[in-house]
Amino acid sequence: MSVAVGPRITSPNKLGMWLFLVSDALTFTTLILCYAFVRISSPAWPHPFEFAPGILFATLMTFVLLTSSLTMAAGVGAMREGRRNGAAAWIAATIACGALFIALHLTEWRHLIAMGVTPSANPWGVPLFGAVFFGLTGLHMAHVASGIVYLAILGAGARSGRFSAGDVEVGGLYWHFVDLVWMFLFPLLYLTAVKP
Amino acid sequence: MLGRIFSTDHKVIGKQYYFLGLASVLIGLALSVFMRLHLIYPDQKVKLFEWLWPVGAAGGIMTPELYLSIMTMHGTLMVFFVLTTVPQGGFGNYFLPIQIGASDMAFPRLNALSFWITLTALLVLLGAFFAPGGAPLGGWTAYPPLSAVGQIAGPGQGDGMDMWILSVALFSIASLLTSINFIATVIELRVPGMTLDRMPLTVWAWFTTAIISLLAFAVLLAAGLLLLLDRWGGTSFFLPAGLVVSDRALNHSGGSPLLWQHLFWFFGHPEVYIAILPGMGLVSTILSVNARRPVFGYKAMVGAMLTIAFLGFAVWGHHMFISGMSPYSAIAFSVLTLTVGVPSAIKTFNWLGTLWGGRLRLNVAMLFALGFVSVFVAGGITGVFLGQPAMDLYLHDTYFVVGHFHLIMGVAAVFAMFAGTYYWFPKMFGRMMNETLGKIHFYITFLGVYGIFVPMHVAGLAGNPRRYPDFKEFEFLSDLTWIHTFISHSSFTVAAAQLLFLFNLFWSLWRGARASVNPWEATTLEWSVPSPPPHDNFGGAAVTVVRGAYEFSVPGRESDFAMQAGEGTP
Ligand code: HEM
Ligand SMILES: [Cu+2]
Repeated sequence: MSVAVGPRITSPNKLGMWLFLVSDALTFTTLILCYAFVRISSPAWPHPFEFAPGILFATLMTFVLLTSSLTMAAGVGAMREGRRNGAAAWIAATIACGALFIALHLTEWRHLIAMGVTPSANPWGVPLFGAVFFGLTGLHMAHVASGIVYLAILGAGARSGRFSAGDVEVGGLYWHFVDLVWMFLFPLLYLTAVKP
Repeated sequence: MLGRIFSTDHKVIGKQYYFLGLASVLIGLALSVFMRLHLIYPDQKVKLFEWLWPVGAAGGIMTPELYLSIMTMHGTLMVFFVLTTVPQGGFGNYFLPIQIGASDMAFPRLNALSFWITLTALLVLLGAFFAPGGAPLGGWTAYPPLSAVGQIAGPGQGDGMDMWILSVALFSIASLLTSINFIATVIELRVPGMTLDRMPLTVWAWFTTAIISLLAFAVLLAAGLLLLLDRWGGTSFFLPAGLVVSDRALNHSGGSPLLWQHLFWFFGHPEVYIAILPGMGLVSTILSVNARRPVFGYKAMVGAMLTIAFLGFAVWGHHMFISGMSPYSAIAFSVLTLTVGVPSAIKTFNWLGTLWGGRLRLNVAMLFALGFVSVFVAGGITGVFLGQPAMDLYLHDTYFVVGHFHLIMGVAAVFAMFAGTYYWFPKMFGRMMNETLGKIHFYITFLGVYGIFVPMHVAGLAGNPRRYPDFKEFEFLSDLTWIHTFISHSSFTVAAAQLLFLFNLFWSLWRGARASVNPWEATTLEWSVPSPPPHDNFGGAAVTVVRGAYEFSVPGRESDFAMQAGEGTP
């Protein structure tokens, strides 16, 4: 609502989102460093991904999430060209991918929990494995879920004309960031826990 | 009415933060008086205590647990809801947009949201007093393992501790949102002519502080999440194997309480700069205005602030010298810590340089600004002692530390808030405060705080530990009784003097003399608009800025000051 009269570097909303992402990235970085800390100080970190649905399953999840970034980028592009309905459709596809990711992820959680993995215990005896796994992926999943709500509002508004191409772009920044975080979590949590 | 309460106007929000901080500081102050009272009369029955805490002070005598929870609440209220809230959320919100010529913050609704989250955080914290088991007793640092294992570690470590963590997490979120707003506002909304080198040092300070909080609170938030997981999810991030608490063996393994210390102090040290930087900016301005001299070394001042902010993230280890860290790390942290002394000294010399040869106007705001410099230097010198591992091994967790951090962070920041109040009150409320009452308030407070915190250093040198509910069991402390008596009486005096301030504040609010547009003959933009400023600050006028913020006594000019605002600004 404020009228800027001075020289602008970028739109305030975009800058605001970037700043939010900086701090959010730092929250994740802190948690990942804690993971490093407990992993280094624990003997025999478990390698469970032989048993849970399997590492291929997690790769599939990663693939779904990556696809959602593509559809989101397409949505931003459509919006920029003024194709509101197209943008809304791409955003809907992004939401679908996000929801699929969460569904797959919860399936994996269910398998692990059925095997006796909880935040405080697991069959392999290093309890912090479960803590780290559920803590980090849980926080990430919460980000995906809030992203879905955000995109739903954004998609509806993009269609009705309430939101501009700039607003959709800002939403895209958030979504890509959530993806990017996964691109760190996947190797750090899964690939280093695969049975050699 | 509702529209006014839920306003998105940055000036309303600024005042809301200010009064939130005022309420918090009064509670915090009362708690400190209770502590000082208990410390010198541990066996005295106090009706008030029994009335306030029927369980914790049954019969009027404070239990050790109650003392510790009062101490925890005092520290938490003061650090978060006073020092972090008033200089940034209060004065920053009110004056940052005006000083750069904007009509509001970049995100007014986000700004209001931050305030309401902060208020919720405060209510959750105060609610801990009413939780079953009472308020938490882990100190404002909430060290695990005892903060992570729940009720068995003590009455307040159950629900009270949960509420503490929740409150701090909410507070972190609110601070993050505020920081985003401040940074975006400074970058995006400056009016034409408000170049970086013309920004008042207050704006630089709020901007730098926002960057620090954006990074520091993100880490605290993560730490809080892990602590909650340990408490609610049964995880062991901060809990090692083989722990026995209250005769019970706990089933945890793999974690480390040191991890919390690293995370907490990675936030905690920058936090002291969050508290003090806005004060530094304000004091620079007040000294310049009232010495009728430009700020000496403007660029060096900005550079020093940015350096302090940067170095502030690299010194957290000085809080952990006795945690068993490798002596090599300790040396590294020590050297870095002492390096922070360099920009701090630059600032101090520049303040003196600003005063040098000036015609000083000793109004109350100026007195508090001078007082700020005084306590900042005093606290800084003792910091140099604590920054050396060899000294700190002995002084850690003694009253020397309590004296040190109260001077440099508590009192310095509070003095800056007083200075800000006396300086900006006319602009915020359109009326002047009473100068005579203000001066009495200043002199009693100034002498009083030295009377409290200097003797604490002496007690600390004699080995007096901190966070002890009473000292009567300790033979070697019996010689210090008179020191503690002196400290306590100084603190009662200081507390009483604050009644003068409160009276002055509320009396002036309704009865003070009308303030002119620019009573201090200052130059920054807020002094070009009416007192108080209209809803959109500049009445829609196109504001331009034509010069720097500190053009005082420029040779060859008729007037000894020149406004930043150019023609056409109201
Ligand atoms: C007249 C003013 C004040 C008095 C008399 C006072 C007194 C005290 C006392 C007696 C303690 C407990 C020490 C112990 O048992 O170890 C304490 C702790 C503390 N105070 Fe103050 N205080 C005052 C103002 C402030 C202010 C303005 C701040 C803001 C920074 C502050 C921050 C703290 C903190 C952070 C602690 C540590 C709490 C802990 O150990 O967790 N105090 N104060
Ligand atoms: Cu520190």
